[in-house]
Amino acid sequence: MSRHDESPLLPPDLTHDQLTTRICDLVLHRSSPRAWWGGLLVCGLLATLFVYAVAYLFALGVGVFGINIPVAWGFPITNTIWWIGIAHAGTLISAVLLITRQPWRASINRFAEAMAMFAVVLAGVYPLLHLGRPWLFYYLLPYPNTMELWPQWRSPLVWDFFAIFTYLSFTATFLYVSLLPDLATLRDRAATRLGQVFYGTLAIGWRGSAVHWARYERANRVLSAVAAPIVVTVTGIISLDLAVSIVPGYHFTIFPPYFVAGALFSGFSTVALLAVILRRMFRLQDLVTRTHLDYLGRMMLLFALVVDYAYTQEIFTAWYSGEDYYRYVYIDRWTGPYAPAWWGMIFCNVVLVQLLWFRRVRRSPLAMLCLAITSNIGMWLERFQIVFTSTHADYMPSAWGEAWPTMWDWAVFIGSLGVFGVLLLLFVRLMPLISLHDMRAFIAMRDRRSDDG
Amino acid sequence: MAKRYGLLARFDTADALVAAVKAMHQAGYRALEPCTPYPVAGLPEALGFTSRWVPVMALAAAIMGAVGIYFLQWYSSVVSYPFVVGGKPLHSWPAFLIPAFVIGLLSAVVGSVVAMLFGNRLPRPYHPAFHVAEFDRVTSDGFFLIVAASDPCFDDSRTAARLRELAAANIVEVPA
Repeated sequence: MSRHDESPLLPPDLTHDQLTTRICDLVLHRSSPRAWWGGLLVCGLLATLFVYAVAYLFALGVGVFGINIPVAWGFPITNTIWWIGIAHAGTLISAVLLITRQPWRASINRFAEAMAMFAVVLAGVYPLLHLGRPWLFYYLLPYPNTMELWPQWRSPLVWDFFAIFTYLSFTATFLYVSLLPDLATLRDRAATRLGQVFYGTLAIGWRGSAVHWARYERANRVLSAVAAPIVVTVTGIISLDLAVSIVPGYHFTIFPPYFVAGALFSGFSTVALLAVILRRMFRLQDLVTRTHLDYLGRMMLLFALVVDYAYTQEIFTAWYSGEDYYRYVYIDRWTGPYAPAWWGMIFCNVVLVQLLWFRRVRRSPLAMLCLAITSNIGMWLERFQIVFTSTHADYMPSAWGEAWPTMWDWAVFIGSLGVFGVLLLLFVRLMPLISLHDMRAFIAMRDRRSDDG
Repeated sequence: MAKRYGLLARFDTADALVAAVKAMHQAGYRALEPCTPYPVAGLPEALGFTSRWVPVMALAAAIMGAVGIYFLQWYSSVVSYPFVVGGKPLHSWPAFLIPAFVIGLLSAVVGSVVAMLFGNRLPRPYHPAFHVAEFDRVTSDGFFLIVAASDPCFDDSRTAARLRELAAANIVEVPA
């Protein structure tokens, strides 16, 4: 007898009709809660800051960032890795939990997918901002041109482009396929002409035919089966940007799995963060229950422990390699100019996450909110220390140097959080926040089970 | 009498719909279209529907995508613009496998979704059943069965009576 049977994942008397009415009303009829407007205002201001900072960057060039040789990658790549990691949990929740038939995914997968979508967009923006001449980004594409140039296929940076492009396309497709039947629900319930045309166009005439559902489920299963390798490949490839080089601190074989685990850790943290905020904002506490938070907390703990293991292995490898350069990277991480980032990471990702062993912590929305934020900070610090400490002091002491973020680095980073918030807040007002067809299937499963019992 | 598309029957439960579809299918009806708010287990089987096209197309697309991008890499670095970098062979297959794998996955995604939409003949914004106001419930809690008049077994009074026998809660005519 597992303990979670005491608190069901669904309100016991919820029917299909009530579910439809409740979730559709959030989009179609109810005015936005005050917290939503407040959030939109704050995020909107930050998004404006982002637009301004990017315009300034395009006008003056990447010199406005603090990147400097030898730390050529700096903030933009730190942020890319961070954002793409956040995206991964959205994909994983939808895909792997679908294949393994975990019913608790039904009420959280929608905003997890939306989160993934917007996080990938932002992850994709940073490499473009970092290009220096961003208007030439299409040089990365293999296309016939009069210069007879091709991409350098042996370069991880080209793999990176294909990985992010693939992930962006996959996430958008997956989100749309998951939305399709719910768009039909909104089409049938929209009261205004504008709403009918908007949702009707997006729903492309979905009518729930049994044969359509059969093909739909098959396609969904293919997408889910492909999702796991995509997640692993995308972050794996991004880690190869670092690991394929011979820079001490980058050149570790553990990087691909280490990055994937870190990605999932920060991603599950962000799902927990959004779950706590959205369930409160739209009063969905009975659909996104404390049990959901409990499960998310377990996933966070699991991947945090994998990340912690990777930290120890990295340190071990540096020592066991017997190379002075590799050993020095660690001494520098512990005592050098960027030491606060390393110790901050350890505090967030190793020390604080241990609180998740306690059931009371995992079931407390406030505690989960705090831990989600500290975990994301911890993961950002991890990306920061990998990118900065590894390059700032590698082989030749004469080539050593430091780079520190400027105001514009921070403006773009903080601004991108605002862009993410704006996109997500608009999404929850335009699209059903909870996947209706998944929930219907879940309700039907529950009813069937109670009939049998 | 105005031209009609067929009959639309609503059932109270998914089980009643599955039973009705089974009975109608056995009686020889082929132009049956059950519509449900969520995928109901057993319905495609009751219709005698099996399709392996979606995964097959996904696999075919994945292979084509992977082979295509691999060929492009080989062609561009061995034939079109041979250029030695870092002493690596022109045909650096371990490196070429990575874009091939990623693009193969992407092609599987596109292939399965295109096969799903094409097989379902979507987008199709118009369907005669949308004329029936009650059909809105198909996207919430209604289990419907559309029997098209084009079916050779279709007979106005007998089909309606048969549906009523099979526990249809409500039967409406669908205008063409």
